[in-house]
Order: sequence, then structure tokens, then C-alpha cells
Amino acid sequence: MRLVVTDLQSALAGPFNLELEAGRCAAISGASGSGKSLFLRMVADLDSHGGEVRLDGVAARTLPAPDWRRRVPYVAAESGWWRDTAIDHFAAADREAARALAARLGVGSAQVDGPAAQMSTGERQRLALVRAFVLNSPVLLLDEPTGPLDPEATTAVEAYLRERMAGGTAVLIVTHDPRQALRLGADHYRMADRHLTRMDPAAVLEAAP
Amino acid sequence: MNTISLTPMDLAIAASLVLFDAVLSVALRLNLHRQVLWAGTRMVVQLVAVGFLLRWVFAAHHPALTVLVVLVMSAIAAREIAARPERKFKGYFGLTISATGVVIATVVTVGLALTTAIRPQPWYDPRYAIPLAGIVLGSVLNAGSLTLDVLLGDARRERSAIEAQLALGVPYRAATAPMMRNAVRRGLLPIVNQMSAAGLITLPGIMTGQIIAGEDPIEAVKYQILLMFLLAGASGLTSLTIAELAMRRLSDSRQRLRLDRLR
Repeated sequence: MRLVVTDLQSALAGPFNLELEAGRCAAISGASGSGKSLFLRMVADLDSHGGEVRLDGVAARTLPAPDWRRRVPYVAAESGWWRDTAIDHFAAADREAARALAARLGVGSAQVDGPAAQMSTGERQRLALVRAFVLNSPVLLLDEPTGPLDPEATTAVEAYLRERMAGGTAVLIVTHDPRQALRLGADHYRMADRHLTRMDPAAVLEAAP
Repeated sequence: MNTISLTPMDLAIAASLVLFDAVLSVALRLNLHRQVLWAGTRMVVQLVAVGFLLRWVFAAHHPALTVLVVLVMSAIAAREIAARPERKFKGYFGLTISATGVVIATVVTVGLALTTAIRPQPWYDPRYAIPLAGIVLGSVLNAGSLTLDVLLGDARRERSAIEAQLALGVPYRAATAPMMRNAVRRGLLPIVNQMSAAGLITLPGIMTGQIIAGEDPIEAVKYQILLMFLLAGASGLTSLTIAELAMRRLSDSRQRLRLDRLR
């Protein structure tokens, strides 16, 4: 197993248990406030928690926190920016890859080199994803990655994710769209009242309009 | 020295200016008159009480008493600093952090002045130690409260930017470096302003007081320069200590941003 979550919990949510093989995707759906983001944040070790997360057998707590997060990067639904231009948010060594990926997801070089504050919501979201993608991590934690994106951009992001999964990356995704889960061939989980339950594929198909 | 002694009548005439502010508030409906009058009354009562207290402390001339007075003044400054931010640390951490910054800055700078430049005999002569600590604490209060307020405000406002970096594996210290710099910088601004304006825009209070009391201007200036250096050092020490301790309290061993430690 690439990612094993055991009894992950805090005062606010859980306990959560989940297993994810390399190259697989797990999709989590559920109402706002049901604990989906809290779950991903605990996996990324951004919130204090009990329980354990292992990546390829290595427990999170045995690694320095930044090293763990580089392996298990988390992209929040609301992206944060801390430099003037979008490209400044990438390490010098990653900039070439970032430009190529941004172009692939439909963000032009004018936006990539322009002020971060002037990007549209969709452009910001795609570049926030690119920031995590260029790390080439074994796991990706994505909180509504295509929420503000148009169908074309969504298709481009999903195609990229399928490529990464073929290369062994495990993807944990929060999505409101059951069809997205199907397109990514995901195991489907439902978050309700801050607890996670696995859904069988037939029920997912039924839920998809 | 031929000090001009003020009569109660002199003060009463000056007090009419405060009444003018209150009338202004009523006329313009600023709704400030109660606060103006209350603050004015409070100021008079506080200062008169302090005057009598100092007279007593000076007469007692005891090291323990001098130290006690300075400690009480420091505690009040620490409390004010901790009370300033909009959202404060839970529990007593704000107070602990502020008190540490205040005590370090005051002990180092006042201690330096008493053992090198001023050298009263004995060192604890309250006539030197207490006013000196009072002036230093004024700057410490300014620097400390600005630093803590800006730091905690930035932490909340920049939360998504800081956490976006943490989530990509950027270490806590790197992700929060601009916040730390900004807070210390803000803490140092008042003393930088004070030093650059000194003599041109404002005549500093101590120097003015000495000149009015009949001191030679050059002697008064030398004294003022020494004080400014002390205040600069105290501001820097307070800002740095408080910012550093607050940064630590805002994180944990897993380099998270712990805004849950704020109220």
C-alpha cells in the first residue's frame, strides 16, 4: 500500500481509516462542513491529530514535517499567494516545468509572468495545482481541484492526473462531482458527520445523474 | 537650579484647555467628551499619586524598593502589550511573552546606563533608576505592542499564503520570514521617527524639562542623546524577543501554523 491512514482523528473529526494503492485514486464527497478538508489537512500533518499516516511503510511522524509534506503535498480549495508574480512562487529549478504544465492546463505565459493578484480564479486554481504537481510527489492531496474550472480545463487536469497515476502517484481528491470520480477510476468515499464510509461502485453510478 | 514652581492656579488655567476639548466634542457630537474628561481626571490622579509615591520611595532609598517599583512598572507595560492585539493568545502566553520582552529590554538597557554612563552612587539610587526605567518602558511599550499586534494580525490575514507554503513542504520559518521581518520593523518605526524628528520637529520631553528647569542646553542635549540610544536598544530588544517568542508559540514541533492557540 502506498498510503495507509489508521485511526486518524482530532477533536473535530474522525477517526478515519483509508488505504490507497500506488497509481490509484480515492474520491471523497460530502456536504460542506462534513470534515473533508479537515481529513486532508490531517493527512498533510497541517492540523494536530491522533492516529497515523504511512507512506510506503514510513510513518509521517518519523520524518521532519517539511519532508513529509513535500511527499504528500496538499492543495487547498482556496489558494494562497505570497509573492508578486505567479512564477516567483516556484523554485528556480522548477520554473521550466511549471511553465510547460501551466501551458498544458491552458494558462498562458502572460498570466504566469504577471502579477498573482491579477489572475482569474480559474488561473489561480490551475497554478496552485501546478505548484504541487512540479514536486513529483508519490501522493497528491487535492481539495476540490477543479471546482472553479471550466469543462475544458477540468479535462486537462484530469488527463494530467491519470498520467501521474499511471506513473504510480496515489491521488486523494475531494470532489462534488461523482462523474469526476468515475473518470478517474476512483474508489469512492462519502464523508458525513465527520466520518468516512466507502461506497460501492453501483451506488456511485446511481448517484451520477 | 532655579526651578519655576507651579501654583494650583497655573494648572487650573491650563486645565481649561481640556474643557475646551470636551465642549468641542459636545458641539461637534464627537461623543468623546466623557472619555476626554475621564482621561484628564485619571491623568491628574495617577500623576499626583505617583508624585507622592516617588517622594516616599526616594526618601526610603532602599534597593529592594527600587527594584519592586521597576518590576510593577514592567508588569503594567507587559499587560498593556499583551492586551493590544485584536485576537490574543489563549491562557497566559501573551502575558508571559510580553513580560519576557519587557524585562530583557529594561534590564539590559537600564543596567547598561546605570553601570556605564550615569553611574549613580549607589547604583540603586531611586532618583536615577526609576525615571530611567520609566522612559525606557515607554519605548518598550510602543515597540512591543506594535510588534505583537502586527505579528498576530499578519498571521491571521496571511493564513492561506503561509499554509499554502507549509502544505508544499516549505519550512515554517521560511514561510513566515516576511511576517517576522514586518513585525520587528513596525516595532522599530516609532524610535526611528523619534530619533529623526528629535530637535527638528519636536524637542524631546526630558531635554525640554531640563532646559525649563534651568539646565545648560548642551548638557541637556548630551543627556537626551544618551537616552535616545537607550530607547533604540530597548525597542530593538523588545521587538525581537516578543516577535521570536510569539512566532514559536504560533507553531509546534510539526511546523504547523497554530492559529488555534489564539482566542
